[in-house]
Amino acid sequence: MSIDNSIVRKVGKLAKIKIKESEENKLLDELNNILGWVDELKKVDTEGVEPMLSVFNESMNMREDKSDSKFSNNLITKNSPEKKAGFFVVPKVVE
Amino acid sequence: MTDFSAIDITEAKKLLSQKQITATELTEFFIKQIEEKKELNCFITNTFDIALKMAKESDEKIQKGSDLGILEGIPIGMKDLFCTDGVKTTAGSKMLENFVPFYESTVSQNLWKNGAIMLGKTNMDEFAMGSANTTSFFGNVLNPIRSDDQKDLVPGGSSGGSAAAVASGQCFAATGSDTGGSIRQPASFCGLVGFKPTYGRCSRFGMVAFASSLDQAGPITKTVSDAALMLQSMCSYDDKDSTSSKKLIPNFSDYKKFDLKGKKIGLPNEYIIEGLNEEIKKKFDQCINIFKDCGAELIDITLPHTNYALPTYYIIAPAEASANLARYDGVRYGLRENSENLDDLYQTTRASGFGDEVKRRLIIGTYVLSAGYYDAYYLKALKVRQLISNDFKNAFEKCDLILTPTTPNVAFPIGEKQNDPLEMYLNDVLTVPASLAGLPAISVSAGNNNNNLPIGMQIIGRPFEEISVLAAGSAIELSKV
Amino acid sequence: MSFFIEGDTGKWEVVLGLEVHAQIKSNSKLFSTASTEWGGDPNTHVELVDCGMPGALPVINEFCVNQAILTGLSINAKINEKSIFDRKNYFYPDLPQGYQISQFEFPIVGNGFLMIQTKEGEKRIGITRLHLEQDAGKSIHDQDIKNTLIDLNRSGCALMEIVSEPDLRSPEEAALYVKKLRSILRCIGSCDGNMEKGNLRADVNVSVRKPDSEMGTRCEIKNVNSIKFIQKAIEYEARRQVEIIESGKKIIQETRLFDPNKGETRSMRGKEESHDYRYFPDPDLPPLIISKEKIEELKRSLPELPDEKKSRFISEYSLTDYDAEVLTDDQYVSDFFEEVVKNRDSKLVVSWISVELFSYLKKNSIELSESKITSKKIAGLLDYIISGKISNRQAKELFEPYLKSNLEAKDFIEKMGVEQVSDEGEVEGLINRVLQENPKMVEDYKNGKDKLFGFFVGQVMKESKGKANPQVVNKILKDKLT
Ligand SMILES: [Mg+2]
Ligand SMILES: [Zn+2]
Repeated sequence: MSIDNSIVRKVGKLAKIKIKESEENKLLDELNNILGWVDELKKVDTEGVEPMLSVFNESMNMREDKSDSKFSNNLITKNSPEKKAGFFVVPKVVE
Repeated sequence: MTDFSAIDITEAKKLLSQKQITATELTEFFIKQIEEKKELNCFITNTFDIALKMAKESDEKIQKGSDLGILEGIPIGMKDLFCTDGVKTTAGSKMLENFVPFYESTVSQNLWKNGAIMLGKTNMDEFAMGSANTTSFFGNVLNPIRSDDQKDLVPGGSSGGSAAAVASGQCFAATGSDTGGSIRQPASFCGLVGFKPTYGRCSRFGMVAFASSLDQAGPITKTVSDAALMLQSMCSYDDKDSTSSKKLIPNFSDYKKFDLKGKKIGLPNEYIIEGLNEEIKKKFDQCINIFKDCGAELIDITLPHTNYALPTYYIIAPAEASANLARYDGVRYGLRENSENLDDLYQTTRASGFGDEVKRRLIIGTYVLSAGYYDAYYLKALKVRQLISNDFKNAFEKCDLILTPTTPNVAFPIGEKQNDPLEMYLNDVLTVPASLAGLPAISVSAGNNNNNLPIGMQIIGRPFEEISVLAAGSAIELSKV
Repeated sequence: MSFFIEGDTGKWEVVLGLEVHAQIKSNSKLFSTASTEWGGDPNTHVELVDCGMPGALPVINEFCVNQAILTGLSINAKINEKSIFDRKNYFYPDLPQGYQISQFEFPIVGNGFLMIQTKEGEKRIGITRLHLEQDAGKSIHDQDIKNTLIDLNRSGCALMEIVSEPDLRSPEEAALYVKKLRSILRCIGSCDGNMEKGNLRADVNVSVRKPDSEMGTRCEIKNVNSIKFIQKAIEYEARRQVEIIESGKKIIQETRLFDPNKGETRSMRGKEESHDYRYFPDPDLPPLIISKEKIEELKRSLPELPDEKKSRFISEYSLTDYDAEVLTDDQYVSDFFEEVVKNRDSKLVVSWISVELFSYLKKNSIELSESKITSKKIAGLLDYIISGKISNRQAKELFEPYLKSNLEAKDFIEKMGVEQVSDEGEVEGLINRVLQENPKMVEDYKNGKDKLFGFFVGQVMKESKGKANPQVVNKILKDKLT
């Protein structure tokens, strides 16, 4: 399967990564190269094979329902590029 | 000042307990080494003040002779992928250039509890994506070993800073993380021991995630004996990680009592790939003889889906990464490129915060999960992963351990393999299969090639049978090939 | 329920499906130990997972899993012994991980159903699935001119998403469905059902079609948080769709928002953009395996569910279907009823609760549980009626001031001086006086003027200022006059 510029742009938007026009063709070539290579997998007969979700096959540990909030607002927002009155701040979102 | 770069942890422990040296002396020595070897660019952040304080505490404990940890007084490097409370943790990325965690990863916590001393945070490929340590925002790491023609070589990646630091005597050992070979491959390029334990042995809590189903912490050390000590200190069952194993953690140093006599060592013909360096092939044959001399039985095995491991990996790992790295959005921490418009803020922040290799993988990962392509790529890869895992299960019914080279080639000059991502990806072709199957695997040095560059051999074991893997690694180490 | 929209081209049928989000009443969040406490200063109930810190990992809360199973069992659903958590990927500032941990292909609870009581009888509403997922944080758009503020206190709280089949056909049915679901959730204690706080909210899928024709294109109205709004949103949206189709245009499948102030729905194009959630199994979480034993154990711990209670009420208290439904709709109400009915006549109790008390509550728009009215207070009054100390009519007149007072029945009735005189001696005295004062009438009565009996009763009641117990008066009068 090979992809075109419109797919690169669409995927860039989904991944929220701005792709400059000047980078687009190079990236497209690289992606097609990689995708062409992973297309190898089509040769494998996977009829009846279960997808492997995890190599971990022990039962999942479950937590007791106890609340324990270790972090103050100060710590939680300590690294934030912009904050106000304890909130994180982003440009206005119109719904 | 005595040169401590020639000894390993096992020896240093002896000297410390005999009070011939102090942890502070050791720490001061390594601090000096780090300052003298800055040009190798092994560390992103130095934590000398913390190191000296920890050393002092260790010395007090050693004086009293009580509560000594396994690594009491041993200075190490911490891959900058492990969150350290109050110490900048960047994952090699501009995105986290100024990120200071207020929590500690379980692996680093365990090491400090065991008396290890943090010299600093080691350089790495950005978000652990790379095989040459050439994708770090903080610059390339140089391999301390130079080729005969004096070119700067890559240390391997992504734990390149850790490997180069240990190899150049800037610390006794360092932590690494291995997703597709990021411990074993740099260890191999730097002539060291790199050990990735079974998936689930080390907690992933506080380790910046790349591909969660594959990421596993492990040590990079000078000797197998050190690897056992480091691993012992790093492992624990952790109720903060839902994929942390409850299986009993053995005394890894018991590998010394493990007898390889009568054990069956499998040789997978699929690993003798086209393009495998001739000298590496020769070393591989020598190692076969070492095991024969130990009384082990060498048998041919087949891992028929080996060829598909790398493409499988390059679907699964980027797919998981595309979600794991979605949190770097400029809102709560990390880089933010300001904009009046939220969508633009996201897009420019992520375009400028991530390097090219990371972006490439995020785009691939997003694509293989997107509507219309999921089944053809991601789901298919999960099924092939099952087949690869089954290959190992079948093989381990016939043999106890599997021997392969670690990499198809030795360390290469910086700048090579940069133009074609695929060429770089091929570095991991021999390490990725064991990662996909979650198996313990070690790389030990099997001597050098004619150009004096190290060659690594890989031993893969059954799940949770780290001891036999260490034992086999030790056999190669002892033979001084 | 036959509900149709009259368009220019005839009748249109409304087809509705609901996705109800119910917040689980747990102490800590679904995958983190942060408190679920409502309100609080912004970003104070936040753990590493809830703000998507690097290296943070989810660990599941067993209580939440149990509540999902209990809820599944109470909607007659299949509990899946193996379920998978997936990541639903999209960027939004109140979604700190960049994905929501949810369940996609393999939810914890499969097919089920619940019954609603429509005016035309019972109707079965299919439930497609119930799954566990994380709630998002809160985006505040109206506190700052230039910015949106983000509070992650709610981020990561446990939600059960309960998805119905498109079996609902009217705003009323949708309301009944939500009420029934809410009563079940409250009964087993998995969710407090508080819609104002957003602890229970619904995405409403609305489409219209000509009766018996193919399903139309649907629109999803997001996050409606009251039963009244659900009904209003459906009415508006269905009409809007009919108008669009009748004007020859097509419905665009989209998500919409209900504006309660304007009473209308509008498109949320801003969020529309690219809907590609790229669901995939969360590699941080192994499959959730639930043993048969655990399911059995939870089944045994289930309380009596609203439907079971309803059948019991019908047989135990000889209630009508309707009364039983009304009284079992709400756990608080049914407990209240059962306390009052203990050792009392159920007919009397039902009429006083479901007629008098409910109309009082409705008039004052309060819920029984929010009012200060206790079962003891109602029972106290009823005991006066039962013992004949006051009449039913008197009680009705006094009911409202009684409920508004802080007094118990005894004190209230004493204060009002309305207690009925049932003491036979006292009544006899009154009667004697009336008979003595009217010898002529007594004579006439004895000569066959039966109608005069009423006159004597009236006189006695007048003498007693209405307090005499009419039954006692009747009895003694009859004795005296024969
Ligand atoms: Mg919905
Ligand atoms: Zn939902």
